[in-house]
Amino acid sequence: MNDLWGNALSDFWSGWIIVITLGTIAFCAWVLFGNRKTDKRPDAQGNVETTGHSADGIDEYDNPLPRWWFILFIGTLIFALGYLALYPGLGNFRGLLGWTQERQWQAEMERAEARYAPIFERYRQTSIPDLAEDDEAMRIAERLYLNNCAACHGSDARGGFGYPDHTDDAWLYGGSPQAITQSIAQGRGGVMPAWNQLGDDNLRNLANYVASLSGAEHDDERAAKGKALFSATCIGCHGVDATGNPALGAPDLTDDAWLYRHPGQPVREAVLATLHQGRKGHMPAQAPFLGQDKVHLVAAYIYSLTH
Amino acid sequence: MTDRIPLHDATTRVSLYAKREPIHVRAVKGRFQRLRRGLDWLLLALYAGLPWLTWDGRQAVWFDIPARQFHVFSTTFYPQDATLLAWLLILGAFGLFLVTVVAGRVWCGYACPQSVWTWLFIWVEQRLEGSRHRRIRQDAGPLDAAARGRKLAKHAVWLLIALATGVSFVGYFTPIRTLLADLTTLSAGGWALFWTGFFTLFTYLNAGWLREQVCLYMCPYARFQSVMFDKDTLIVSYDAARGEPRTAGRRRAVAADATPGDCIDCQRCVQVCPTGIDIRDGLQYACLGCAACIDACDDVMDQLGRPRGLVRYTTEHALEGRPTRWLRPRLIGYLAALLAMAALLAWQLAERVPLDADLERDRHQLYDVTAEGGIRNAYTLRVRNMDARAHRYRLALRGIDGLHLNAPVRLTLAPGASRSLALSIVAPAGSLDAPSQAFSLAITAIDTPHIRLTKEARFLGPARR
Repeated sequence: MNDLWGNALSDFWSGWIIVITLGTIAFCAWVLFGNRKTDKRPDAQGNVETTGHSADGIDEYDNPLPRWWFILFIGTLIFALGYLALYPGLGNFRGLLGWTQERQWQAEMERAEARYAPIFERYRQTSIPDLAEDDEAMRIAERLYLNNCAACHGSDARGGFGYPDHTDDAWLYGGSPQAITQSIAQGRGGVMPAWNQLGDDNLRNLANYVASLSGAEHDDERAAKGKALFSATCIGCHGVDATGNPALGAPDLTDDAWLYRHPGQPVREAVLATLHQGRKGHMPAQAPFLGQDKVHLVAAYIYSLTH
Repeated sequence: MTDRIPLHDATTRVSLYAKREPIHVRAVKGRFQRLRRGLDWLLLALYAGLPWLTWDGRQAVWFDIPARQFHVFSTTFYPQDATLLAWLLILGAFGLFLVTVVAGRVWCGYACPQSVWTWLFIWVEQRLEGSRHRRIRQDAGPLDAAARGRKLAKHAVWLLIALATGVSFVGYFTPIRTLLADLTTLSAGGWALFWTGFFTLFTYLNAGWLREQVCLYMCPYARFQSVMFDKDTLIVSYDAARGEPRTAGRRRAVAADATPGDCIDCQRCVQVCPTGIDIRDGLQYACLGCAACIDACDDVMDQLGRPRGLVRYTTEHALEGRPTRWLRPRLIGYLAALLAMAALLAWQLAERVPLDADLERDRHQLYDVTAEGGIRNAYTLRVRNMDARAHRYRLALRGIDGLHLNAPVRLTLAPGASRSLALSIVAPAGSLDAPSQAFSLAITAIDTPHIRLTKEARFLGPARR
């Protein structure tokens, strides 16, 4: 495949564009040269014949184009042809300079990398607890957070329905610097199965029991019934004492933090909904977008919110 | 003999394009030229001198485009102040229109940079190549070695002036001391070098080569300035009633049929004109109102013992013998517009607070409920300190009872610095009257309370049941 010719357009449409573009340039040149001089010359008295058009009694001379204007126009024609030779514009022709948007972006990314990578490299060498104390680093990290994370987790990092609150001590996958870094870099995928097969009555019992674990409002009778069911069904992921399992991302059910509770909703209703529907939490991996260096900084920021 | 039949060459086509005739401007002295020269030297001194002034350790007048900071003595303007620039430009435009209504094209003749530099270049030409008749004789035939030397010297001086102009111009955007140091040590690069070269070249071309062609063909103001004229506008005019019939030389003494007019057809007014017109033909588009012809004619009249003013600043009404009306609707209109813009600019400058802020709600959820039952909204606050010194700022919330920030915020900003802050704003349980309520956030500099900005926003909560 000839390196100068791409294949984004079919041959027909490529030819269509080339013909129309070059044809228009040729047409402009023809109009320019065709109108350059004039047939009308001054007669013996120095009068010049007009074009014949008369607008409200004002007649029009047929003066030739000024030379400087004419030369400038030629300049634009040369520029047009030169541009179309060097850059893509004629259909599938790639242009002699081989310019593409991607290459320009690549060049800018490399310039940015060369300029900023040393800064992030320096921070990468510092441990997360130390970074959390560094004001300047945290300001950079806050900007990174606001640009990349705030859309889901909120600009104040308090999260929302389905988005964890990072200003509290409840961690689904662990709150150590390594755990936070891994959550951000590789992402997380938490799955809570739906338990509809147990039947609505059983689910209500379970929900009331779970609510009782954290001291939220519950029906004691139902909670007692739910306890046995909990031991049979739920401790596998949530732990014998229901304090959760960071390896699986199974939450601690004895604390006040509820990921899937609407503002003001009673806990048992929220738990009931979760039991009915199941949940599939998804934290996208940020390492491909940010790179490990920036992930390190953002992890330090998240760490700093609770230390 | 019969008259010869005039011949028309039918084979060639004629180009009606008129080649430019070089204008050899004659030197002239007089009161208007003194006024113009004084004004021009003052403007040139301002232009060249301003970049050299310093203020508080930095250049006093410095338009720092990469940093987006525009320093004018004690104040630094930011892109957020662009409306001030708009008012300033509108003010300039209306000022120009007002001057045109009153006195015609005098901006062109006295103050326009094109004119100022062209007059300067003409003055250099006169000094180096000699007076008008010498230059005409020199340019008429082939140049000898001496003439070539003079021309070379002239172009060299022109280029030097152009270089000084270019360096001064770029000196408004890059600190001029570093710029000069870099240029002289040949270590200047990139855009600074390009723009210095660009302005040097174009000053040289505009003032040395194009000269009046700019005023006649290129300038847009030249094209529309006459639309602001009326019969009460001061124009440079030849008093035909007094000057006609013009008679020169011996014909004056023997003229019997009519009393000769004051004009002796010495052609002085034509020779001194920088655009090459004859003002005796009447008001013309090309007349810059520079009054060179006035000074020339006054000088001749003085020598003849006649009163001055054969060519003078006057109005068409005055020439017709009618009174000139100064306060007319057109002038009052422009004056009113000018005063209004000046007032607007002055007011906005006075009211300007060197602080900029943006308050944006988070969009991922309408609101959240705190453990105590309060309602919380999350905001991002962007603050920029536009003052010349650092400040500590305090945030205060107003509009809803008990509205408070989740954590106290103390903000310190260096001059020109900006910060993005995440704010959690909490309304206590039961304090909200509506699902959407207005409130305001006031940012105040602790040490300078008059630096204060209030941002209005809305607080969202649960719908009433």
